[in-house]
Amino acid sequence: MTTAPVEITQDLTAIHRSIDQRRLQEKIFILLGLLSILFALLALTALVLDLFFRGLPILNWRFITSPPSSTPEEAGVLIAWVGTLLVMVVTALFAIPMGVAAGIYLEEYAPKNWFSNFIEINISNLAGVPSIIYGLLALGFFVYTLNLGQSVATAGLTLGLLILPIVIVTTRESLRAISSTIREAAYAVGASKWQMIADHVLPYSMGGILTGIIVGISRAIGETAPLITIGALTFITFLPDSPLKSEFPFISFAWLQSPFTVLPIQMFNWVSRPQEAFQVNAAAAGIILLVLTLGVNGLAIYLRYRFRKGIKW
Amino acid sequence: MSDSAPNYATQLPLNLPSRTVRIWRERIIATILFLAAFSSVATTLAIVYILFSESVIFFELVAEDHAGTVWAALVEFLTTTEWSPLIEPKTFGVLPLLTGTLVTCLVGLTVAIPLGTVMAIYLSDFASPRLRESLKPVLELLAGIPTVVYGYFALLLVSPTLQKLILAVQMFFWPGREEFEYFQLPGFNMLSAGIAIGIMIIPYISSLAEDSMRAVPVYLREGSYAMGATRLQTAIGVVLPAAFSGIVAAYILAISRAVGETMIVAVAAGLQPIFTLNPLEGAATTTAFIVSVSLGDLPHGSLEYQSIFAAGIMLFLLTLIFNILGYFLSRRFREIY
Repeated sequence: MTTAPVEITQDLTAIHRSIDQRRLQEKIFILLGLLSILFALLALTALVLDLFFRGLPILNWRFITSPPSSTPEEAGVLIAWVGTLLVMVVTALFAIPMGVAAGIYLEEYAPKNWFSNFIEINISNLAGVPSIIYGLLALGFFVYTLNLGQSVATAGLTLGLLILPIVIVTTRESLRAISSTIREAAYAVGASKWQMIADHVLPYSMGGILTGIIVGISRAIGETAPLITIGALTFITFLPDSPLKSEFPFISFAWLQSPFTVLPIQMFNWVSRPQEAFQVNAAAAGIILLVLTLGVNGLAIYLRYRFRKGIKW
Repeated sequence: MSDSAPNYATQLPLNLPSRTVRIWRERIIATILFLAAFSSVATTLAIVYILFSESVIFFELVAEDHAGTVWAALVEFLTTTEWSPLIEPKTFGVLPLLTGTLVTCLVGLTVAIPLGTVMAIYLSDFASPRLRESLKPVLELLAGIPTVVYGYFALLLVSPTLQKLILAVQMFFWPGREEFEYFQLPGFNMLSAGIAIGIMIIPYISSLAEDSMRAVPVYLREGSYAMGATRLQTAIGVVLPAAFSGIVAAYILAISRAVGETMIVAVAAGLQPIFTLNPLEGAATTTAFIVSVSLGDLPHGSLEYQSIFAAGIMLFLLTLIFNILGYFLSRRFREIY
């Protein structure tokens, strides 16, 4: 049997070649993976840097406190950020109680039957409906059926509906994370179901719910299409009525019916103009928008990280 | 001695509501919570009702305008290739809007699917946990950028770069011509809008696909390693097939996002509904058309105004199909292990 060693060495070289080949493939893939991540990060950096280089020179106090104007040098974002703020107040006031309540129902109360299943499928489907469809819904329903007009209230409700699925899903997830021992302990001392939820489960899951709300709000801040669809004005030079008054009863709700514009619409308006100077304005508005949405998003990521580390059952 | 037994009910400093009050309070709360959950169903019903009823008005108006019957209007809507609701003679063939949507979506997917998938494989099977945990949130920032900012990015950064690049390539291969003889990429084009969409949807794919690949049990990987497979062979031969339905669900979510994307295409792809499959041209998508009409301040009930609902119901049905598909696929992938 003198041939065997030769065969073995042949096999061994073949095996070595195959191993080398596979190592090479793996290296190429790692390179590919790093390159695609690099591409995504480069795109992100290019976008941010381009906005900052163009917009930062004109981003000053005057820009933030001036109304829009037909001369780009005088134009500012005052009306737009006030509009964004007011719309977000309505959005939050609508979406938070509705979303949290719906989340509690689905997680704690819903019986396991086809209808609960149907609501569940429906919510995950709503999360995938394009935002502009919500705009069409609002146009047909809020503006022309309920006669709310093209107002702050309509815009807030529209965006509220839009972020509702996000709030519901994150509420459910954070409720699910609460250990059942907490529930049993509450029942054991005689709490009713609602007392158990309100006094025990909800406080413990607040962190997760808050994260969901913040993600939703950050999404709503950047949303443009549905508000254009309901007929938000693209050029407006007056502020909505102030919610605080100097005389009795000190609080007014007239701003709810006021026409408005928001930051993304203001930016869209400026991008769509051919003049270079308006595009500088657009970049400056873009910086504000980016700082707002990414800042709020970052806060949510931080909160998620903290709460995940925090409580261990 | 029996009458000296203490009456606990009066001694305890508790002011407990009676049992009936307690039960009724619980019922009322449960009902309120149910109504909140039911509001999502009501929203869907309202969307379907509004889109459907307003579209019916649209088709009736088209029938009145020139098509004759509602049926003929519907056939014109679905089969002809000219969409000009604002210029006489008005025509309502929705295909140009569909091709615009299709092309921008395809460009976006061509960017996002390979990049997102490679990233997902890299992050789940190659990257260290530390790198993964720090990269994922950063990549997710891409999905958090407002779409109007992406529109700006596509129009003022991607598009000029592509213009220069395409011109440079032509000048390299066919030198010595006058500049105007070369093909000039228009400022509004579907390619740059599509690229921006692609960058936007990368995290949907990378994040969700990575999640479903991480859900593949470690023993499957270990089995593969024990057979002498490399990490790459394991990732492609074992993990990828095992997580397949989750990955496809991620793709479908990304497609649905790309189809419904509005501001990027409204800013960067142009607003002219042209029936073309060439991404180097500008064209209007379904969503961009709705935006352009909404900006035009048309009177409620006019034919042009109603047309956005017809475009909307098409978009809704399109994304509904993708969403349902994605839902069942992601359910399947959850059930495997």
